[in-house]
Amino acid sequence: MELESKDAYSGQDAGQKSRNGGFRITRPKGGDSRALWTLVALLVILLSGRLISPNFFEIRMVNDRLVGSLINILDSSAPYVLLAVGMTLVIAVKGIDLSVGAVMAICAAAAVVLIRNYENGATAFYFQPGFVILITIVIGAVCGLFNGVLVAFLDLQPIIATLILMVAGRGVAQLITGGQSPTFTNDAFAFIGRGVVFGIPFPILIAVAVLIAAIILVRRTALGLLIESVGVNDRASYYAGIQARMIKLSVYMLSGMCAAIAGMIVAGEVKSADPHKAGLFFELDAILAVVIGGTALTGGRFYLAMSALGVLIIQSLLVGLYVSSLHPTTNLVVKAFVVLAVLLIQSPEFRRFITKPFRRTS
Amino acid sequence: MRIAKLGLIVLVLLSFSVSFANAQGTGEGLTIGFSQIGSESAWRTSFTEAVLAEAKERGINLLFSDAQQSQENQIAAIRAWLAQGDVDAIILAPVIATGWDDVLKEAADAGVPVVIVDRNVDSDPSLFVTRVSSDFVHEGRLAAAWLVQATSGDCKIVELYGTVGSAAAEDRHKGFMEVIALFSKMQVIHSETGNFVRTEGKAVMQSILSSEDPANICAVFAHNDDMAIGAVEAIKEAGLTPGKDILIVSVDAIPDVFDAMDAGTINATVELSPFMGGPAFDAVAAHLNGEKLPAWIPVAGKLYTSRAAYDADH
Repeated sequence: MELESKDAYSGQDAGQKSRNGGFRITRPKGGDSRALWTLVALLVILLSGRLISPNFFEIRMVNDRLVGSLINILDSSAPYVLLAVGMTLVIAVKGIDLSVGAVMAICAAAAVVLIRNYENGATAFYFQPGFVILITIVIGAVCGLFNGVLVAFLDLQPIIATLILMVAGRGVAQLITGGQSPTFTNDAFAFIGRGVVFGIPFPILIAVAVLIAAIILVRRTALGLLIESVGVNDRASYYAGIQARMIKLSVYMLSGMCAAIAGMIVAGEVKSADPHKAGLFFELDAILAVVIGGTALTGGRFYLAMSALGVLIIQSLLVGLYVSSLHPTTNLVVKAFVVLAVLLIQSPEFRRFITKPFRRTS
Repeated sequence: MRIAKLGLIVLVLLSFSVSFANAQGTGEGLTIGFSQIGSESAWRTSFTEAVLAEAKERGINLLFSDAQQSQENQIAAIRAWLAQGDVDAIILAPVIATGWDDVLKEAADAGVPVVIVDRNVDSDPSLFVTRVSSDFVHEGRLAAAWLVQATSGDCKIVELYGTVGSAAAEDRHKGFMEVIALFSKMQVIHSETGNFVRTEGKAVMQSILSSEDPANICAVFAHNDDMAIGAVEAIKEAGLTPGKDILIVSVDAIPDVFDAMDAGTINATVELSPFMGGPAFDAVAAHLNGEKLPAWIPVAGKLYTSRAAYDADH
């Protein structure tokens, strides 16, 4: 207990120094340099892709839809960006949400089962595709509510609290579908995952819209500041008059809603919901993206756009591996090394260590 | 004395009933415990249903236990059957390969034969009667043979790999490569993993189609139907006609693949047979009759190019 409060105190101290020391509430310089190096890493990965495949940057128009490796990267990033938005906010309040992959599976399963009812002639209004989308988002929010109550009101460790739904969630999804992978044909609902607007795959637009909405929500209002405050020291925030529990509860709910949309995208993409595999291990890549983006797992300061950049790095790497002729057995090892390299290049200590021999001694 | 007499009568009756059951060769009247892994996939569920149906048809009293992915549950179920002493044989679909020695020895000591189905165990073969499972290598060979015939041995292929390291993926790859190695113009130009998942199969195919000239790709070999269905979507998005511009052959024969065949988007699939109950019961009956069995009884699925052909067989 003593240790914890000490930790929290020093964290708070550091936060205040950077904010009040310069008498301005802007991002510190360190963040900018990190963003720069992360961008460099992304460019290096994309250029490597270009070296492997000469038409890596080529974008064509086929049947009114843009086609190309770069579009594929954005397209496959979309569900991860949604998860990363929720995950960033959860991590900012010193939490973690391991359940997002399972919540995706639950929501995909529920949505597809509802849509199948609609296809089989059910006329009730809540089987209409629009309502199904709404219901699914509510289901995601309820999953988030479950996590949030465990963490914020029952004070369970976030990693354990969300592990419960991570494990049980796939069981719930299997119950919903009866263990099968149901398919559907409704194009209106499938639009979420495979629609095209002005040549751009719809999932990309959803991800960008949610990302921008989240950034506006937290940066144009006091919410972002409150979240960081709760993440740095929830008790101090509470004494300062912030409803720390409600803040935590709402970010978990937001994370659940993001997972619901991601689940519908994945289901729409292939017009089916696989309760066993939909969203499997997505939570890990989402957490990885948040970490690459520079949000510390210890809570506090968070960077939404940087998390999205982290997602792009992981997905560019994956698409690069797909077009390479490397045997699939090497994929995971290559991924591990590249992620390590990205994290190292971001570290000022490591850069100093590398450039040491080349610096002039004075 | 009286007890001994009674015991003798019971013994005679018992051996009589066993020999009667075995005379059928179908296992009729036997009590068999079946420990299944769980119900993690549609295929697994149909496998379970097929075993239950087969047992009913043969008049076998089947004790079914769903282990829900846990080896502990499987061992507990087997011990319970052995303790009760009412099973004539046990059929085990092991969740993993290791850690079966003790419980298999217990079964052997109790004189209850065990038949392994589906996945393998690494225990000494003397501890179980035989193993009944799909022949993944055969499936890969069959898919390759169809493709060779369809393209007269001249084809550049994209391989959608299953989960790396899984026996299904590695063996299907092995069988496929064995056959196409016989034809100099058959060539795998891309091999990438889609982890047996629809969305990943689609993502991999999208990426390959954006980097490779689609005219260079003659066919897709997917290690399962789900990835093939994902690939169909990607090929459509790229403005090509799946099943025509790019041939598609896969493995599993799930119901969805026949919808795709009706639409002409997938050309052929090799059945991953869920009908392992029959051969397993046959093995039990043969073993109890004193017959010697091979260490492995492969169940080979057929290749289907239309729903009609599949329906005719089932």
